[in-house]
Amino acid sequence: MASWPLLSFTTFLPLVGVALILLFCRGTSPDVVRNVRFIALWTTLVTFVLTLFIWINFDPRNPGYQMVEKAAWIPDFGITYHMGVDGISVLFVVLSGFLMPLCILASWEAVQLRVKEYMIAFLALETLMIGMFCALDFVLFYMFFEGVLIPMFLIIGIWGGGRRVYAAFKFFLYTLLGSVLMLLAILAMYYVAGTTDVPTITATQFPRNMQLWLWLAFFASFAVKVPMWPVHTWLPDAHVEAPTAGSVILAGVLLKMGGYGFLRFNIPILPEATEYFAPLIYTLSVIAVIYTSLVALAQEDMKKLIAYSSVAHMGFVTIGMFALNQQGIEGSIFQMLSHGVVSGALFLCVGVVYDRLHTREIARYGGLVKNMPKYAVVFLFMTMASVGLPGTAGFVGEFLVLLGVFRDNTWVAALAATGMVLGAAYALWLYRRVVYGKLVKPDVKAMFDLTPREVAIFVPLIVVVLWMGVYPSSFLNVTSASVEHLIQTYQTKLAASHAASGLSVAAR
Amino acid sequence: MTAVFPDIWPALPEIFLAGAGMALLLIGVFRGDGFTRPVSYFAVVAMLLAAILAMGYGTGRVVTFNGMFVMDAFGVFMKVLVLIAAALSVILSLGFNEREQMARFEYPILMLFATLGMLMMISANDLIALYVGLETQSLALYVIAAFRRDSAKSSEAGLKYFVLGALSSGMLLYGASLVYGFAGTTSFDKIAALFAGGAHVSPGLVIGLVFVLAGLAFKVSAAPFHMWTPDVYEGAPTPVTAFFAAAPKVAAIALLTRVLVEPFGHLSAQWHQVLVAASVLSMVIGSFAAIMQTSIKRMMAYSSIGHVGYALVGLAAGTQDGVRGVLIYMALYIAMNIGAFAVLLSMKAKGVMLEEIKDFAGLSKTNPLLAATMAIFMFSMAGIPPMAGFFGKLYVFLAAIAVQDYALAVIGVLTSVVGAFYYLRIVKIMYFDEPTVVVDKIDDDGMTGILVVTSLFTLLFFVAPAPIMNGAAAAAAALFAG
Repeated sequence: MASWPLLSFTTFLPLVGVALILLFCRGTSPDVVRNVRFIALWTTLVTFVLTLFIWINFDPRNPGYQMVEKAAWIPDFGITYHMGVDGISVLFVVLSGFLMPLCILASWEAVQLRVKEYMIAFLALETLMIGMFCALDFVLFYMFFEGVLIPMFLIIGIWGGGRRVYAAFKFFLYTLLGSVLMLLAILAMYYVAGTTDVPTITATQFPRNMQLWLWLAFFASFAVKVPMWPVHTWLPDAHVEAPTAGSVILAGVLLKMGGYGFLRFNIPILPEATEYFAPLIYTLSVIAVIYTSLVALAQEDMKKLIAYSSVAHMGFVTIGMFALNQQGIEGSIFQMLSHGVVSGALFLCVGVVYDRLHTREIARYGGLVKNMPKYAVVFLFMTMASVGLPGTAGFVGEFLVLLGVFRDNTWVAALAATGMVLGAAYALWLYRRVVYGKLVKPDVKAMFDLTPREVAIFVPLIVVVLWMGVYPSSFLNVTSASVEHLIQTYQTKLAASHAASGLSVAAR
Repeated sequence: MTAVFPDIWPALPEIFLAGAGMALLLIGVFRGDGFTRPVSYFAVVAMLLAAILAMGYGTGRVVTFNGMFVMDAFGVFMKVLVLIAAALSVILSLGFNEREQMARFEYPILMLFATLGMLMMISANDLIALYVGLETQSLALYVIAAFRRDSAKSSEAGLKYFVLGALSSGMLLYGASLVYGFAGTTSFDKIAALFAGGAHVSPGLVIGLVFVLAGLAFKVSAAPFHMWTPDVYEGAPTPVTAFFAAAPKVAAIALLTRVLVEPFGHLSAQWHQVLVAASVLSMVIGSFAAIMQTSIKRMMAYSSIGHVGYALVGLAAGTQDGVRGVLIYMALYIAMNIGAFAVLLSMKAKGVMLEEIKDFAGLSKTNPLLAATMAIFMFSMAGIPPMAGFFGKLYVFLAAIAVQDYALAVIGVLTSVVGAFYYLRIVKIMYFDEPTVVVDKIDDDGMTGILVVTSLFTLLFFVAPAPIMNGAAAAAAALFAG
C-alpha cells in the first residue's frame, strides 16, 4: 500500500464530496436538500474509514514519519508537497475523521437554512483539518492552518446565534493576528534553513537568541488557538454563537491544532527556547485551569460553561506537554484526544436540548431526568468523562499529565489538581441544574427523549470514551515511540547547544 | 556619433501597438461610434498580439535607440502583465459603456495608447525616455478619467487627476534635472556605471533622486502621495477605475523598480528609508482608512494603496528576492483586482449600477455565484491561504525578513490583519446580512468569462504556482544581471 497516496486521498476526498454537491445538487427542493445531506454523510463516512485505514497501516514501533508523500510543488523555492504522519499526528487525523460524520448527523434537522452551503463548508473544513495534521512542509501546513478560518468564519457567521457577526469577526481576527506572526517565524526559518521542509528544519540548530523570538512568534499563534489564558476570550464567544456542529469541530479539532503545533514545532525545533519559556507556559496554564474553572462555575449559559471548561482542560494539555517527559507528553496527547471526543459530545448534548427549546440558558431547564431518561444517561456519562472519572477517557489523560508534571514540578501538579476538583464542581452542578430538580416548566415537560438519529450519534461517542478509558493502551501504543523520539530530539539538541555554550564559556 | 539605423526589433511590441492604434483610429473615424464594439475587439486583439510579440522576444538584455530603450526578461514579464491587464479592462468596459451611453470608439483607442506609454515606461533606460513614456500614458489616462463628459464627478476626477498628475510630473522632471546636473547624464547605464565606480554621492543628486521618487510614488499612489486615488477612483467611470487600479499601477511599479535597481542600485542606502517610510505609510493608511468607507470604489482605492505598500516592502529590501516578490505580488494583484472590479461592474439592479458597500447585502442569496466569486477575491486580498494573494504577501515578507527588516515585516503583517477586517466586512455583508436589492443577472459573456477565469486563477493558483513564480524569478534575475 506504500505506493498508494493514502494521506492525500483521505485529505482531498471531502473535496470530491463538494464537487458532487456542486455538480449534481441544484435548487432547494426537499429532495435536493436530502441528497446534499446524504452526499455529505457518505463522504465523511468514507473519509472516516480511510482514516481508520491510515491507523491500521501505521506501524507504532516506527517513530518517524510514515506513509510519506513528497512531490515537487514550487521546486525553485525549496517548497515541496510533503505529507506524512507519525505517532503524534495520526490519531488526530482519525479524530477529525471520526467527529465529522457525527457533525453532519447532528446538523441533519437543526440546519434547514442554506443546507448546501453548510455541507460544503463542513466538507472543506474536513479537508483543511486532515491536511493540516498531515502536512510536513511549513508553507503547506500554514495553508491548511489558515485556510480553516474561512469555512469556520462562514459557519459561525451564517448559521450562528444572535451575536454571530461579532463572534465570527473576533474568532477570525484573533486567530489571524497570531498566525501572521507565525508566518514571519516560518519565513525567518526558511531564510536560515533554505527550505520549508519540517523534518529538515527540525534537524537544524537555530541560534539561541533567534530561538527565543521564533518561539514567541509560534506561541502567539498556537496560544490563541489552544487557547491559553489570557488570549482565550474569543473561544466562549465563538462557541456560544456557533451552531452545534461548529462547536463540536471547534472544541474537538481546531483547539487541538494549537497543541499539535506546540508538539510538532516549538518543542523539537526550538528546544532552548522551550526550556526557557516552560515556566511561562506553566504559569499561564495553571492560571487557565483554576481561573477558567471558577469562571465556568459562574456561567448561566450551557455552551459558555462548556467553552470555559475547554479552556481549563486545554490548560492541562499545555502543562503536560511542557513537563517534557514521556508521561506528560503522552498524557497531553491523550487528553487532547479525549477532550476532543468528550467536549464534542457535551456540545452535542447541549445541542439536543437546544434543538427542542432554542435556549441555552441553564435556568430554563430542570428535571429532564423524568421525561428524557436516555438523554440523562448520556449526559451523565459525558459529564463524568469530563470530570475524569476512572474508566472514562478523561481520567487517563489527566492522570498521565499530573504524573508527568509531578516529576517535573510538584507545585504545578498540586495547583493543576485543584483544577480537577473545580472541574467536578462546575460539571456536576451543571448536570444537577439541567437534569435534576422538579419538572415544572410546561415547555420543558413537552420535550421528547432522544430520537434514533441522536442515539446513533451518541452510541459511537460513548463506546469510544469507554474504550479510551478502559483500554488506553491501544492509543498510547501508537503515540509512545514518536513521543520518545520527540523527547530524545529535544534533549539531544538541548545538550548539544548547552555543550556548545559551555565550550564558548570555557574558551573565554 | 554616426547616424545608424537603430535596432528596432526589441521595440516590436511597442511599434506594433502604435501602428495598430493609429489604424484603429482611422477605422473609428470612418465608421463612427456605431463601430465601437469591433474597434474594442480589435484593440484587445492588438494588445494580446503585442503580448505574444513581447513573449517571443526571448532572453538576454538588449539596449537600443542610443541607449534609450532596454528590453530584457524583466521587461517581457511586466509588459505581458500590463497588456493582459489592459486587454481585460477593455473587455470589462464594453457592457458598461454601452449601458451608460459612453460607448465611443476613442475609448479603447485611448486605452491602447495609454498601454503603449506603459510599455515605454517599462523599457525606459533613460530619464528622458522615462518621462516620454510616463506622459504618453498619463495624457491618455487624464482623458479617460473624464470620459463621461456630462457627469460632474467624472470631469472632476479627470481634472483632479490632471492637476495632481501634472504636479507630480513636474516634481519628477525637477528631480531628473537635478540628477542630470549632478551626475552629468540621463542614461540609466551611465548613472549606474558612475556609482559602480564609487563616485561621490552629492547631496544634490540625492535630492534629485528623492524628487524622482516622489513623482513616481504619486504614479503608484503610494502614501503620502495617495490623496488623489480615492477621489479619482470614485469619480471615474467604474471600468476606467478598474483599468487605473491594474495596468498603470503595474507599469509604474515596474518603472520604479527599474529606476531603483538599475541606475540607483548602488544608492540603496539613500533610497531604502524613503521606500520603507512610503511602504509603512501606505500599508497603514490603506488598511485603516478603508475601514470607514461606504463606497465600494473608495474602499478599493484604499485597498490598492495598501497593496502598493506591500509591494514596496519587497522593493525596499532592494534584493533580487525582493524584486521577485514584487513581481509575484503584482501578477497576483492584477488577477484579484480585475476580478473584483468585474464583480463591481456586475452589480446592478434594474440596470442601475450599485456602488455602495451596503448594496452587497445578502448577495449570497440573490446571486450565490457572484457572491462566492467576490468572497474569493476578498479573502485573497486579505492574504488568507490558499488564495493567491497569500503567496504574494509570502514572498515580499520573505524578502524583508532576509534583509532583516523585521520591523517592516511585523508592521506589514499587523496591517494585513487590520486589512482583513474590511475585506471580511464585505464577506459579512454578502453572507450574513439580508438582501435589500435584487441584483440583475449578468448578461455579458465577456464579463462572465473574466469572472470565471480570474476567480479560478485566484482560488487554484496554489495548485501550480511554479510557472508564474519561475517567470518572476527569471525577470528579477535579469534586472540584477544588467
